[in-house]
Amino acid sequence: MIAAVNAGIALLLLGLAIWTIAARDTFAAIVGFVAYGLLLALAWVALRGVDVALTEAAIGGGLTGVLLIRAAAKLRATEAASNAERPALPTRLAAAIMAGGVTAALALVVLRTAGPAPTLAPEVAANIGATGVANPITAVLLAFRAMDTLLEAIVLLFALIGVWSLAPDHLWGGRPGARYRADPDGILAYLARLLPPLGIIVGFYIFWIGADLPGGKFQGATILAAMWLLAMMAGLADAPPVSRRWLRAALVAGPAAFIAVGAAGVGIAGAFLGYPEGLAKALIIVIEVALLPSLVLTLGLIMAGAPERTAA
Amino acid sequence: MTDAPTLYGLCAAALIGLGVYGFIVNPQPLRKLLAFNVVGSGVFVLFGAIAHRGGALGWGGDPVPQALLITGIVVAFAATALAVALLLRLADEADSVTLADAAPAKPDVTARDR
Repeated sequence: MIAAVNAGIALLLLGLAIWTIAARDTFAAIVGFVAYGLLLALAWVALRGVDVALTEAAIGGGLTGVLLIRAAAKLRATEAASNAERPALPTRLAAAIMAGGVTAALALVVLRTAGPAPTLAPEVAANIGATGVANPITAVLLAFRAMDTLLEAIVLLFALIGVWSLAPDHLWGGRPGARYRADPDGILAYLARLLPPLGIIVGFYIFWIGADLPGGKFQGATILAAMWLLAMMAGLADAPPVSRRWLRAALVAGPAAFIAVGAAGVGIAGAFLGYPEGLAKALIIVIEVALLPSLVLTLGLIMAGAPERTAA
Repeated sequence: MTDAPTLYGLCAAALIGLGVYGFIVNPQPLRKLLAFNVVGSGVFVLFGAIAHRGGALGWGGDPVPQALLITGIVVAFAATALAVALLLRLADEADSVTLADAAPAKPDVTARDR
């Protein structure tokens, strides 16, 4: 039974991937990609990675999908001209042969690797007690490999700086994206009033439960940012001008707190991001709570895009 | 019948191949970005499927690769967002997003920037 479900998911994934690659219309291809992302989340559940499934559904399918759909709408005028540059048959054939080779090589690797993969799970199991959290993935993200998570938050911040720096000179410091106008009695405005209270509860729940069960700050922050985006798209909220000092302080606060805890670890526990005995859980909560607002703002503003209007 | 990790491993291999093909063949930059994301998700699944055979210890999956995957998905999103922003700015400046060698001459940027 489970095997049949897995085979069905795998086949649907392949079908949607083919659709995403081959569909003539870019908009249709991206809708296929969003469905693909959600189905991929199911595949992650089948692979026993519920935390990964949540991240894939929220960020891989949801946020990336919205980002690409909006870009497709803006680039619609250029679509026909680009399509005229489709490579000739010999090129396509060569590409197909090469892609087939890549697939064949990887399939061989999958079929030929035998025995259990090398694993650090026993080390995690032996040391998770010291962190005070019960979700092993949160323990890895915020204790054993906290450096990865710190750098991940900084990568997001760099991406935001990169997006902002693409603003034309005269709009630098202005408000990101276009001002959305929606019918105040329409379904979008209705949903933008109805969903955020629920979404905010769900977002905080997923954030808080991450200590013990699948969930965590990135998944929770994505849901909170999505609620903000919904309000922005319905015209009920507006993105702040990127030159605001409070905004910049709030964006940097999370990673800065993370670095401060890490630096304190050098003195107290003898290593950067080392936690003293018994204080690990408290410090993890400090980092998580400090990171959450920064992540919500960073994700929301990355989605909003480069400044397109003056600050006034 | 194969077990789930092998099945998804093979599926991931096919996804990566499909993405590579789309990335080369499709002339639209946005479609290349889409294909690149298919490659990326295929790599993630392949990694997850191979790691799945690692120690379970009652958790189901190995938490270390899963934590790396979560980081990977977030970083992939950041890179995609930056690429989309670059693409939109290019369309703004040049009124076309062609990647062909003989790209049309760009209009005077400073004049447009008022």
